Amino acid sequence: MAVMLFLILFPLVVAVLTALTSNSRLRNWIVKMSAGIIAAMTLVLTVLVLKFEVNYFKVNVDIVNKIMLCLELVMGGYIVYLGIKRRKYIISLLMAIQAIILCYIEFKQVHSIEIDHNMFIDKFSLIMAILVGIIGSLICLYSVGYMSDYHQKHKEVKDKRRKFFFILYTFLSAMFGILFSNNLMWLYFFWEITTLCSFLLIGYTDTEEARNNANRALAINVLGGFAFAVALAFLAGKAGILELDKVIAGEKVSVLIPAALICFAGLTKSAQMPFSSWLLGAMVAPTPTSALLHSSTMVKAGVYVIIRLAPVLNDTAAGFLVALVGGFTFLTASLIAIAQNDAKKVLAYSTVANLGLIVTCGGIGTYESVWAAVLLIIFHAVAKSLLFLCVGTVEHTLGSRNIEVMHGLIRKMPKLAIMLIIGIAGMFLAPFGMLISKWAALKAIVDTNPILVIFIAFGSAATLFFWTKWMGKIVAIPQNEEHMESHVKKSEAYPMAVLSIATILVCLMFPFISSLMVNPYVIEVFGHGASMDRGNVIIMMIMMGLVLLLPIRLVTYKKQMKEVSIYLGGANADAPKRFYGSMGSVHKIYIENYYMDKYFGEDKLTFIGSLICALFILLMLFMAFIY
Amino acid sequence: MRIAISIILFIILGPLVGGLLAGLDRVVSAKMQGRVGPPLLQPFYDVSKLLKKETLIVNKWQNFYVFAFLVLIIFTGCLFFAGEDLLLVVFALTLASIMLVLAGFSTSSPYSHMGAERELIQMMSYEPMVIIMTVGIYMVTKDFYVSKIVTFDKPLVMYLPGVFLGFLYVLTIKFRKSPFDLSMSHHAHQEIVRGITTEFSGKKLAMIEIAHWYENVFLLGFVYLFFGSKPIVGIIAALTAFFLEIFIDNNSARAKWGFTLASSWVVAISLGMVNIAVLYFIG
Repeated sequence: MAVMLFLILFPLVVAVLTALTSNSRLRNWIVKMSAGIIAAMTLVLTVLVLKFEVNYFKVNVDIVNKIMLCLELVMGGYIVYLGIKRRKYIISLLMAIQAIILCYIEFKQVHSIEIDHNMFIDKFSLIMAILVGIIGSLICLYSVGYMSDYHQKHKEVKDKRRKFFFILYTFLSAMFGILFSNNLMWLYFFWEITTLCSFLLIGYTDTEEARNNANRALAINVLGGFAFAVALAFLAGKAGILELDKVIAGEKVSVLIPAALICFAGLTKSAQMPFSSWLLGAMVAPTPTSALLHSSTMVKAGVYVIIRLAPVLNDTAAGFLVALVGGFTFLTASLIAIAQNDAKKVLAYSTVANLGLIVTCGGIGTYESVWAAVLLIIFHAVAKSLLFLCVGTVEHTLGSRNIEVMHGLIRKMPKLAIMLIIGIAGMFLAPFGMLISKWAALKAIVDTNPILVIFIAFGSAATLFFWTKWMGKIVAIPQNEEHMESHVKKSEAYPMAVLSIATILVCLMFPFISSLMVNPYVIEVFGHGASMDRGNVIIMMIMMGLVLLLPIRLVTYKKQMKEVSIYLGGANADAPKRFYGSMGSVHKIYIENYYMDKYFGEDKLTFIGSLICALFILLMLFMAFIY
Repeated sequence: MRIAISIILFIILGPLVGGLLAGLDRVVSAKMQGRVGPPLLQPFYDVSKLLKKETLIVNKWQNFYVFAFLVLIIFTGCLFFAGEDLLLVVFALTLASIMLVLAGFSTSSPYSHMGAERELIQMMSYEPMVIIMTVGIYMVTKDFYVSKIVTFDKPLVMYLPGVFLGFLYVLTIKFRKSPFDLSMSHHAHQEIVRGITTEFSGKKLAMIEIAHWYENVFLLGFVYLFFGSKPIVGIIAALTAFFLEIFIDNNSARAKWGFTLASSWVVAISLGMVNIAVLYFIG
């Protein structure tokens, strides 16, 4: 209990400290130390929870509610002001209505509702907390080095690093808040904080583009928050419930409508189509922001609530439609990723796609699918944060994040390239984590509704294509390239190294993660556990061994083989990679990947995907109402 | 024990059967084209010749990927013949194939690179159908284990005719037969130099060839699964499928990648998914 409060409050204290410290040395030191402390406390929490099982807490301080309401109104006022200032009146309007609904609940309805437990922690919250605590603090650590580099490279951007770290830590605090809240009013409060923080982080550079994208993120998330507020009013008014555990245990008839509305909020936050544009726009922000938004925090908050509500969604038309939205998003986003050559954009689309898969699992809501969804969250968070950090560093060293520029990265920056390869392999290849969980998701889907298999089958094929061609770019060996790895800072290198090892470790530890944390949660909620057959686990381990041991072969090539220049139609010119054209002219070869924009163009597919998903979402709300 | 025996048998007999099949392919092809053609054992002569030749390389890494490709293909075959999880076999096969693609990329030669991209397109084309096939088989037999599937009391093809036809369609891609031999072809007249294997020679080329033999054997094993309840029918069906592939190979010119991708996806949906939908609604 104390540890949970510490995890929520400590980042806040750090946030204030960093905001007050003008000395950048001292501030960096504070950031590093506190990142370490947060990670350590998360581990303490893990040990405690594993020892003492589920815990519910009654934090009965009325003053807390009042403070929250005040803060919420302040935030609401700020957002209304922003909306007016930036001429996005719809934001102001939505926010104002939200504030009114909230006050109504707080002053009219709350007295009659008995709140038993304001906070709780179970295995699922714990898993999420570990991800936020460890990955979040690694990203904070990374951003110390990255941001100082960033401001050296981008002189035109005003150095607001105090504000940056302030928001970063507030964000972590709010994430812990979301995970530990059982009182939905509290959850909503933290939810709104993440909305505001993401807005501020995306708008960090204060360019035209950044401002626009930040506005869009705000508009979409405020829309989600609005749905959340309506859901709260429904719950308080009709069912007289304001607690998460009671909603899950409640009668479907009375809680399905609010659950669908909260799912809607979850869909906006986890950037499902048609709301995916805000997450893609978040790319303008400095890399640590994208890493934080994409891997462990913001978007995971969205899927977190959907998975929490999975038991309610199970076997309802609304749940099936949520699954369809996820499925379509997975398929469309994977296809669009094929046509992207901006590394960050590929990562963004892959995030949207994988969240789609998680949403599908949540919407189905059986014990198997929830098991798969939680695994997906874990593996995705680790591998994706690694990928973002790697791409950020590559961008700083090579000056571009175009995938084509990464040609021959394995020669230029071998260590970084290997970490990048581990990250990519972690995203789609057997025997790494994402594949294990995709497999689990496939089995879950086959057992409930095989029609949904179509999304996984085609989506995975697209996934395979765009990851492998990126990997191919990295492993291509160019002739005559300089070695430039020494430029990477230590505070950037350590988090990446830790995450690379973690990507491999979570796969090796998969059976323990499943049996110690994921499965207990699934059993607690559904009374039924899922697992992978022992034989298959052993084979996966053998495969992992093969993948890790095969590179030894590289060292054992002893005898010198004859190295020749590549074949260029027999017209090789003197230097490597140059050839004679007609009339004896000398050309340099240039190789590019396939992008197939004609088939997988972003605009067209986004339009189609958004249209279909929007229809499904409307239908979902409708079906929830007539249940 | 039985598992150990079948693994050892596969490792030893795999290349022999695969090589013989390749020889048979060449004999039959020659007959179809009205040529005299090579002897049945020609593929073995070719590979043993390759093994004796000097290996020219562009860089050392490419050898590693080819080596990994061979090892993983054998591993995949072992999983299949040991009767393990069908999905796992599919995933292992993907991992192996990606090694070959990476080998092509790593040379950074324009011809190999082009071949690698095309190989990837081929993988993207057949992957959905293969997953749909495993799902279909699971829906009928309620099991993912090859050992259980093969002992299912009725021939699976009775329940999965669409899936079977769809699988035959993508099998052409996997066998590297025309019209879908985009990444590397046995027909010199339609090949861009030597596709993905342009920069591979000597031992490395021999390794790729041997891996391909192994691969063909367990791919025919997939065909056999559809007739698992009657072993003799199964073997005949597998050989017929092989003959059919040779026939198609000799009767068609290479297709463009757009057609390859679009047509295999359309087939996967219209034959595979429809079959699954029917099973789901009836069952």
